[in-house]
Amino acid sequence: MSTPRLLDGPNPSMGPERFAAHARRLGPLPKGGHGLIDLLGHTGLTGRGGAGFPVGLKWKAVAAASHGAAVVIVNGAEGEPHSKKDRHLMTSRPHLILDGAMLAATSVRAKQVVISVGEGHHAALRSMTEAMSERSEHDRRLMRIVTAPARYVAGDSSATVHLVDAGIATPTTTPPEPHQRGVGGAATLVQNVETLAHIALIARTGAATESLLVTVAGAVLTPGVFEVNLGTPLGEAVQLAGGPSEAARAVLLGGYFGRWLDIADAWPLPVDPHGLRERGLSLGCGVIGILPARQCPVCEVAGIMRYLASESSAQCGPCFFGLRALADACTRIAERGTDPGDLQRLNRWSGEVQGRGACKHPDGVVMFLQSAMKTFGDDFAHHPAHLRRSA
Amino acid sequence: MTRQLELVVDRIKCDGRGLCAEILPERVHLDSWGYPIVTPGAIPEHLTSLAQRAVDDCPVLALALRRQEIQRRRAK
Repeated sequence: MSTPRLLDGPNPSMGPERFAAHARRLGPLPKGGHGLIDLLGHTGLTGRGGAGFPVGLKWKAVAAASHGAAVVIVNGAEGEPHSKKDRHLMTSRPHLILDGAMLAATSVRAKQVVISVGEGHHAALRSMTEAMSERSEHDRRLMRIVTAPARYVAGDSSATVHLVDAGIATPTTTPPEPHQRGVGGAATLVQNVETLAHIALIARTGAATESLLVTVAGAVLTPGVFEVNLGTPLGEAVQLAGGPSEAARAVLLGGYFGRWLDIADAWPLPVDPHGLRERGLSLGCGVIGILPARQCPVCEVAGIMRYLASESSAQCGPCFFGLRALADACTRIAERGTDPGDLQRLNRWSGEVQGRGACKHPDGVVMFLQSAMKTFGDDFAHHPAHLRRSA
Repeated sequence: MTRQLELVVDRIKCDGRGLCAEILPERVHLDSWGYPIVTPGAIPEHLTSLAQRAVDDCPVLALALRRQEIQRRRAK
C-alpha cells in the first residue's frame, strides 16, 4: 500500500468530504497519547503554518504542562496573502483536520478544542461548522469555532491565544509561551490545520507522510493549491500549475516571510522542509510565488513592504515605526530612483528593527527585504525614477 | 544557581520614553525612533544597582531584570 496523501479520495472541487465517507475510506481513528507523541517525534514532522517547529517537541511540552486542562487551537487563520492551502484543506477534508485535532486533544489531555478560521474564508467556515456537527457528541462537546480577522499577524500563536481569550488577535509578549501559559492560563497547543491533517494520516499508518500542500501563485497558467511529493524539484511543482505564463525572473519561496531566489537557482530545489532547511532556506507556509521578468522587482518589493508595514499590530515601537521607515525608503527608491543614502538607511534600519518585536513580524519582514536586496542587488543599486503602476 | 542578570524590555509596554538610556548608557542606547536597544548578555556586577534603578524608574514598567539562564532555555 502506498503512503496515503491528504487529498486522496474524492476530487477536492466536489466540496467537503462527509464524515461517513471519510470514516469508510480511512477506517477508525486510533487513540492518541504518549505513543503518538513519540511517533510524531520519530517522523520528524514539522509545523506547516510557516515557522516549521518540530511537532513532537511541541506536543511533549504542552502535555507536560497540561494537568488535564490544556487547550488545543486549530489554526486556520491563514493570514498569508497568497496562501490558499489551509482553506483548500478546510473546504475539502475537514474531518482529517478534526481527526488530528482530537488526536492532539487526547495526547495533551485537553479539555477544549478551538478552531480558528480566517473571517473571510466563508466556504472553509461553513465546511468546518458542518463537519463539527457530524462528529460524536464527545467530540462536539470539546469543540468550538472562532473567526480570526484577516490580518497578517493574526496567525501568530500568541495572537491566536489572545483572540480566543480576549477577542483581540494581536501578539502578546512572550514568555510565557502559549505552550506554557495560553488560553485562560492553561497550556495551549497551537497547530496549523495542515499539520493536524498530516497527523490524522500518520496516526493511522504509523509512518511519516510523504507529500505536502503548496500554493503556486503569481505568473503561472493555473495558480492554485497542489499536493506534491516531498523532494519534488520546485520547477516540477510549478509545472503542476501549468508552468510560468510568461518569462519568469524570480521565485518568492515561503510567502512574505520567505526568500527571493533567482529562477535558475530555485528550479532544482527540493520541495521538502528538511532539505530546504539544510540549504538555509525555508518552505514557510508553502507559497511558491513566480515573479515575471517584465515586472520590476524593486517596485514589487516596495509594494509588499508597504503592505507588511501596514500589517504591524502597532504595539511595538521598533516594528511600527521601523517597518514604515523601511517601506518608505523602498518606495522612494521605487518611485524616485536609487539614492545611496536610502540604501544605507535600509541596511541600518534593518539591523535596528531585527529581533525587537514581541512577535516575529519585524524579523520576518527584515529577512524578506534582505533577501530581496541580495537577489535584486543590481536593480536596487540602479533603479530609475518611475511612478509605480497602480496594479 | 547563577546570579547573572539580564535586562529585558517588554516591547509592547515600552513607549520609548528613554529614561533607561539616560540612567544606564553603558548598556542601553536608543534607536532611530527613540526605543531602547539593550546590549545583550549579563549585566556586570558594578552596573546592577543602576540597572535596577532603570527598571524601577521606567514610567511604563517595561523593563525587568531576569536571571539569564531562564532566557537561554527559552531561546531553544
